[in-house]
Amino acid sequence: MTVLKVENISICFGGLKAVSNFNLQLEEGELVGLIGPNGAGKTTIFNMITGVYAPDEGRILLNSKDVLKNITGLKPHQITRLGMARTFQNIRLFKDLTVLDNVRIAYHFNVKYNALQSIFRTLGYYKEEAEVREKALTLLKLFKIEQKSDELAKNLPYGEQRKLEIARALATNPRLLLLDEPAAGMNPQETKDLMQLIQFIREEFKLTILLIEHDMNLVMGICERIVVLDYGQQIAAGSPEEIKKDPRVIKAYLGEEVETGA
Amino acid sequence: MSNNRNRKIRIAAFSALGFIGMVGFIYWGIIDEYTAQILTFAAINVIIALSLNLISGFTGQLALGHAGFMAIGAYSTAALVMQLKAPILAAILTGGVITAVFGFLIGFPTLRMRGDYLAIVTLGFGEIIRVLMINAEKITGGAAGLKGIPSFSEDYTLNPVFSFIWVYLFMIGTIILINNLIKSSQGRAIVSIREDEIAANAMGINVFYYKMFSFTLSAFIAGIGGGLYALFFGYLNPTMFNFLKSVDFLVIVVLGGMGSIVGTIATGFILTYLQEFLRFLKDYRLVIYPLILIVIMLFKPAGLIGLLEDFKTWRRRRLAEGKGVLKAGERA
Repeated sequence: MTVLKVENISICFGGLKAVSNFNLQLEEGELVGLIGPNGAGKTTIFNMITGVYAPDEGRILLNSKDVLKNITGLKPHQITRLGMARTFQNIRLFKDLTVLDNVRIAYHFNVKYNALQSIFRTLGYYKEEAEVREKALTLLKLFKIEQKSDELAKNLPYGEQRKLEIARALATNPRLLLLDEPAAGMNPQETKDLMQLIQFIREEFKLTILLIEHDMNLVMGICERIVVLDYGQQIAAGSPEEIKKDPRVIKAYLGEEVETGA
Repeated sequence: MSNNRNRKIRIAAFSALGFIGMVGFIYWGIIDEYTAQILTFAAINVIIALSLNLISGFTGQLALGHAGFMAIGAYSTAALVMQLKAPILAAILTGGVITAVFGFLIGFPTLRMRGDYLAIVTLGFGEIIRVLMINAEKITGGAAGLKGIPSFSEDYTLNPVFSFIWVYLFMIGTIILINNLIKSSQGRAIVSIREDEIAANAMGINVFYYKMFSFTLSAFIAGIGGGLYALFFGYLNPTMFNFLKSVDFLVIVVLGGMGSIVGTIATGFILTYLQEFLRFLKDYRLVIYPLILIVIMLFKPAGLIGLLEDFKTWRRRRLAEGKGVLKAGERA
């Protein structure tokens, strides 16, 4: 079943065509990597898919309740509610709030009690607050950061901040998860742990995952399919093995790595 | 959990006792009329400063025109009481609703944009309202002011106890309202906007909706504060609601700590009392207030509450160190 279908999207910033005629189709349960040199337009594509930018051309369809729904032009919060969540390249946690609150905020749009019930502290408020707290703590437990639930997010070590950001995204109950450079700034051991974590949440939450990453070990290690981007255009797509051999990719991107590595 | 509940009950009991005690003291003249009036005036300042804290401290949207909202609430309430002979409670609440409508109309085009547009627009709004009040002589009495607004109780015009009761009940209501709102899912949504608008949006929070909600509610409360102000003073003049009045509230919020309810209440009382003492300073206040703002922003952006937190951490560390020493001694 198709989870996400991106059809011919393009966007210009001033005179610069940042992305042109990009296509992508994600099937249920896939783990796809989006790679490319700096400035290739990867994050711009993420921002279009998640509604931060509206594409100038083309359309984006998201599977919502087994129907492909056109989400082009919707606001990010509307898209999140349809079952797509993301993390950010430069971590965007609610820094001065507790770990628990970071996750609870992501549950907000599923909370049924309204502002009046909050102000008058009705039974419904107490009941659902307890539920949300319980759910958030269970989620934090999966990520092994539940003992830190009362700490401020900014006081967590870097690796745990990344984890918390993924946990927060999962709290919105997504079907499709977009990870923007999840391994950025991590050492090899942390990256290895992260790979296991991604595999784990993928099975645990039955997710389809699209990720941007520069760390080739991670991309080649866990992605089943890779899409390569250069100057806003797709230059190759296929399995990690195919991508490693593709001459266009080597020229645009991996070639430099091989040379410096040798 | 039950500990938390006990604490809440204790706070409620203490507040109720304190309130009844104060009413008694004022009624029997143990607290003199002058002090009672300062206390009442301080509570009005607290109400309006809390409303500003809601939009600027909790939602992170700087607003510089709360004196304008206060003015709308004050003149609406005065007009309702004087011309339509409306009951006090209805007049105050209607004044709040009228102010909220203005808040909604200003917020709707402004809050869609990211950045400090709200600060600029509210700044202009406050001045426009003041100029309008000077010129709308039929309702406001113009620059000469509006005299003879009935007080909270006609029979006891001179007894400050009625103003005290009315204003304090509204202040307690405002505190409970904002506290309960902030400590709820809606409150967390509001605070997440202050923390990171883009992330909040990505977490499914309708940022514009909650900014509007917060700003309109803020205007409503500021309007109510204005209504209480009108009935308390019995006289209104457009110059009461100039830009400096807005800055007064901002100083209370910033000095207390942005996003701190306790801080706003404490500084609301302290600053109102200080102003009475520092009357001799007159226009030098214009120098001192901005100086206070600059010093806080430079050295302690978290305000008084930040200082209090620092003190708590310091004491905890001292206690922990003390225990450490004891253990070392035991070992030896």
